[in-house]
Amino acid sequence: MCAIQRTACYTNGLVYRLVLENLKHRPVRTLLSALAIGVQVTMILTLVGVSQGMLHDVAMRSRGTGADILVRPPGSSILGFSGNMPEKIVSVVRAAPHVALATGTLVQPIGELDSITGIHLDEFNAMSGGFHYLEGGPFTGPNDLIVDEVYARSKNIHAGQSINIGLTWRVAGVVEQGKLSRMFAEIESLQDKYSAKDKISVIYVKADASANIPEVLGELKQKLLDYKIYTVEEFVSLISVDNIPILQRFIGVVIGLAVVVGFLVVFLSMYTAVLERTREIGILKALGASPGYILGILLRETTLLAVAGTIAGICMTYGTRSLMGAFVPTMTTEIVYGWWPWAGVIALVGSLIGALYPGFKAARQDPIEALAYD
Amino acid sequence: MIEIRDLTKVYHVGEVDVHALRGVDLSVTRGEFVAVIGPSGSGKSTLFHILGGLTPPTSGTIHIDGRDLLKMTDRERTELRKTAVGFVFQKYNLLPTLTAADNIAIARDIAGRNVESDPQFDEILNLLGIRTRLHHKPRALSGGEQQRVAIARAIVNHPAILLADEPTGNLDTENSNAVLRLLRDLNDRLGQTILMITHNPEAASYGHRIVKMRDGRIVE
Repeated sequence: MCAIQRTACYTNGLVYRLVLENLKHRPVRTLLSALAIGVQVTMILTLVGVSQGMLHDVAMRSRGTGADILVRPPGSSILGFSGNMPEKIVSVVRAAPHVALATGTLVQPIGELDSITGIHLDEFNAMSGGFHYLEGGPFTGPNDLIVDEVYARSKNIHAGQSINIGLTWRVAGVVEQGKLSRMFAEIESLQDKYSAKDKISVIYVKADASANIPEVLGELKQKLLDYKIYTVEEFVSLISVDNIPILQRFIGVVIGLAVVVGFLVVFLSMYTAVLERTREIGILKALGASPGYILGILLRETTLLAVAGTIAGICMTYGTRSLMGAFVPTMTTEIVYGWWPWAGVIALVGSLIGALYPGFKAARQDPIEALAYD
Repeated sequence: MIEIRDLTKVYHVGEVDVHALRGVDLSVTRGEFVAVIGPSGSGKSTLFHILGGLTPPTSGTIHIDGRDLLKMTDRERTELRKTAVGFVFQKYNLLPTLTAADNIAIARDIAGRNVESDPQFDEILNLLGIRTRLHHKPRALSGGEQQRVAIARAIVNHPAILLADEPTGNLDTENSNAVLRLLRDLNDRLGQTILMITHNPEAASYGHRIVKMRDGRIVE
């Protein structure tokens, strides 16, 4: 292509050489601007990564129960596992045809994003295939807690040790992650401690055969009007950012902030660049450069900064994922490749908006005043 | 080539009107080398800025190659600078981040011309004696070399007129003489029309004709 249009290629090459040389001329400013745009990209990608990571984690642990269907109280939201329904509903569920197993659980939030799930250990083992203990063993008393390996690592606790999480518990066992929750207690004990006698949050149901799952689902929906009843796969498919309005709004706010940060960084960077290059802009105008030519140089410079910032931001996202893994291991963070182009576009848009005013200021500069500038 | 009649220019500085040109008449024929001398504030630079399309005149008539500058829009004056006028400044005004070669090439790029080859320009580079210095940035060039690169940039698009504003003002005697000889050579060999502002009578003597300005008028 360049062989055919050598002039056009050289021309573009010349302007890009000017742009690159301008960026290299002030390396610290260029580096800081790209890093600041990178922080904006990292903010977006980390938030999206944490959101998706945690949602996928919930989905994975829901599948780990071994259940086919789950029943939740009327009016409960997708991720709101607290709330209650009478425990006697479990009997109604068990009575439905083709139900092999049904077990009630109580989810008790204990601050931040943590919660303890009360289970009937035998029933839960029967449904899920049982815990794989890495340390210790099952409950031996009402104050016993089973935690998964991720939670144990995050709190640096081991089987036999006590932990105070509002109430004092003894860690009876540490198990492999992936089954329903990160902390488990005997359900009666949890109901007693948190004044939730005979209350449960979710009923997990296993059908006697996969082929009978639709029939069980239909039967339960008939029997338990207004209750939220899903197959586990249906439930998992609902666990996405699109179905959690508050998370969508939060991501929207962070993206808005990121655009503002990018705008301000590039505005300041380009504004100082334009002031510093007043004389050079005057030279270009004396040579006959049109306002569009000068604006084009600055916008190309901004685009390169945004691209460099996006690459830096993507790299920094791996760093934030490692930091999250080290300091907050219970918050699973994913690298969401699908968001890389979006984060880049957001960074580019914020940056180009930031470059517009300095760009127009440069393009409209009076060449005589610019040439007289020292 | 250049026809100027009763040209005036008034700058508005705050609430004060500054009459920089008060009725200038000047004719320059194609291929002429005219030196303009005069004290500071005499209007030399303003005349150059108007001739170069950097600022519009207030009244009068001014034609370059038949083009009426008085009626030109900003866009048309930009076009004039691209194609019809070349500037050489006292402070060289090279882009510091580009090499000498790219400083010259960017003038062609702005004018939308082929930046790769121009046999006539190759001859000019030989004349200017900067062929071996083309891949250096301005900071690696002496003042004389920078001014020769600036001259190359000014004539790379074969402008109708070359406007040189104190081209030797920052140079020592040896480099001044070399630059003045170059301008004279360009005028002699290529027929380049040149208008040069200078304070230096010796420099002015390189021109075919000397025009004196005072108080916004041509006095001699």
